[in-house]
Amino acid sequence: MTQQPAIPLFEEVVNGYNNLSASGSAGQESSDLRRARQTAFDKFRLLGFPTIKNEDWKYTNINRFLKEDFALDGIVAEAGAPVAAAYPKSLVEKAAIPELDCYQLVLVNGAWSGEVKGGPLPKGIHLLSVAAARQDPALSAWFEKAEWGNQHFATLNAALFTNGLFIRVDAGAAIEKPLHVIHVFTSDRNVLVQPRHVWVVGKNAELSVIESVVSSSGDTKIWANSLSEINVQTDAKVDHVVIQVSAPGTRLVHHTTVRQKKQSLYNNYTFTLPGAELVRNDLQARLEEDHTETHLYGLYLAAGQQLIDNHTLVDHQKPHCFSNELYKGVLLEESTGVFNGKVYVHQDAQKTNAFQQNNNLVISKKATIDSKPELEIFADDVKCSHGSTVGQFSEEALFYLQARGIGEASAKALLINAFAFDVTEKLKYPAVETYINDLISHHIPVAHA
Amino acid sequence: MLIIKNLHAGIEGKQILKGLNLTVNAGEVHAIMGPNGAGKSSLASVLAGRENYEVTEGEVSFQGKDLLDMNPETRAREGLFLAFQYPIEIPGVSNINFLKTALGEIRAYKNLPPLDAKEFLALSREKQKLVEFDAKLVNRSLNEGFSGGEKKRNEIFQLAMLEPSLSILDETDSGLDIDALRIVSKGVNKLRSEKNAFIIITHYQRLLEYIVPDFVHVLANGRIVKSGTKELALELEEKGYDWLKEEKEQEATII
Ligand SMILES: Nc1ncnc2c1ncn2[C@@H]1O[C@H](COP(=O)(O)OP(=O)(O)O)[C@@H](O)[C@H]1O
Ligand SMILES: [Mg+2]
Repeated sequence: MTQQPAIPLFEEVVNGYNNLSASGSAGQESSDLRRARQTAFDKFRLLGFPTIKNEDWKYTNINRFLKEDFALDGIVAEAGAPVAAAYPKSLVEKAAIPELDCYQLVLVNGAWSGEVKGGPLPKGIHLLSVAAARQDPALSAWFEKAEWGNQHFATLNAALFTNGLFIRVDAGAAIEKPLHVIHVFTSDRNVLVQPRHVWVVGKNAELSVIESVVSSSGDTKIWANSLSEINVQTDAKVDHVVIQVSAPGTRLVHHTTVRQKKQSLYNNYTFTLPGAELVRNDLQARLEEDHTETHLYGLYLAAGQQLIDNHTLVDHQKPHCFSNELYKGVLLEESTGVFNGKVYVHQDAQKTNAFQQNNNLVISKKATIDSKPELEIFADDVKCSHGSTVGQFSEEALFYLQARGIGEASAKALLINAFAFDVTEKLKYPAVETYINDLISHHIPVAHA
Repeated sequence: MLIIKNLHAGIEGKQILKGLNLTVNAGEVHAIMGPNGAGKSSLASVLAGRENYEVTEGEVSFQGKDLLDMNPETRAREGLFLAFQYPIEIPGVSNINFLKTALGEIRAYKNLPPLDAKEFLALSREKQKLVEFDAKLVNRSLNEGFSGGEKKRNEIFQLAMLEPSLSILDETDSGLDIDALRIVSKGVNKLRSEKNAFIIITHYQRLLEYIVPDFVHVLANGRIVKSGTKELALELEEKGYDWLKEEKEQEATII
């Protein structure tokens, strides 16, 4: 058993689990869910927090982020009573996307007040806080997955989650307007927040979700360890945008598992901008049935001493599935980027088409990127490709722009936007594209090389 | 407007301009001709401020200011424009956004208020018409997938939009068919005024039939070796550049 007594958070987590088990909160959950929590917790105690000796964390040393004391957020909250804490409204304004017609809801440290802006929700979509959903016998099964492999943080979340958002879309329902979920993380003391979200998008249903992650900056440190499970049923279509614009002092770890059924479509666009000192995204697409289509797009813009790590997995389990992945990175100042893209093609998964590309623009001499594609192919009739590049600004392009009167900072912003264009142009809503481009431009003058 | 005195410049340790003198006044059109590799594009690059060129001697004054002291964007904002011999493609930067940014920064430098969207659009329409530039190309990524001729015409469109006081056209005519050449020349002629000036770098006398220069210079071996009026261009067309080399060599032996 890994005891990590040197890490105060480890002890806090152990105490937190005991409190949760003792409190009435977990008592009202199904016995299967409680068993799943116990399994997950036992596993986490074995795994501990990851170190660079773990293959998946080789380039991402989180040691320096585990030194402070942290309190566990949400553990003592009473059953079924989601309490949304007070939060700076400016954070929501920052996350709001101008001119986007959407349903907007705000989660504060994983808790949702029940309010939706942008009109009543249409028929066919149901939103529920996880605080309630986990105690609902009809929904409990969605939280009972106990096996998270060697995913340290997902395991920890599965043991200790108390809140989050449950989204269900009825079979055949096409939700026209996107849902904009704003995750606010805020606290006046150091906390570990562990929201868990579950989406179930029914057969032939359509859903578009934009998630923004913002946090308050201050002297307090926030660890947000989120876990999302996205179930895309047969013939369903899901469009999913994640925009991470958190403040310094925030450490974001986000595990997402997507399960795709027959002929379903899932698009993910993950944007990570300067701010949070650590961002680790684990995005895993499990193609559990045939004829699915999956697009994973990512753009990370790292500045300061930020560490942004994107680990993706596309797990081709069945034949005739198509997956395409494009991640682009811009590394400024003293930042570090990590990209690890694994494509696994099972023996059964004949006629797989799997493509992956990772391109990086390293702008400062002190910035680094570790890019690693991993292909494991056990089927013989497949088309797979991958590529990875690391480059600098084109001097020619910079000179051309400057020769037209454009200052160096603006010229660089234009070129970074242009580099990002392959990703941003894939976005479904022009308002989101404009918002992202503005975010990128906004961060360039500050974060010049 | 532009006074170049004894300009020496090189690249990667190789001396290319070797004591070049040239004066251009407002309202004038100067043609610079010369053999391949003579240093014509190098001169244009040095004037526009390309970083990899090193000026080792001489001075350049532009509208009374020290040009060599300015970074490329300041030169452009002061009114210098280079139509590139080989305009590059920048995928992902839209032509129109690029021009909006450029014009915005130039106007801000001159303490002029920014144009609003409507005014900008009107200006862009007017200039497109002036240089007969396809509206479809305006909204595309900068030069991406443009034909050689379209790229050159885009340079002239940008010139028309930015209204510089001194324009340097580096072999804008090469790669243009006769119709495109006529359109580009017509555009330039319309833009000519008492207040601005042009330096037209070309290989062929052909362009100079459309844009009639006030002066023609021959650049060879890093210097202006001969200057004259438009008749000189005809003479060069007939005799090539070799006779100049001989003349120059004699000159060199005399010195
Ligand atoms: N980037 C460079 N590095 C080294 N030599 C160069 C470079 N660019 C141009 N030159 C050299 O400088 C000389 C002048 O070139 P250029 O100015 O392009 O001539 P022109 O435009 O008159 O044909 C040529 O000998 C050319 O090879
Ligand atoms: Mg040339």
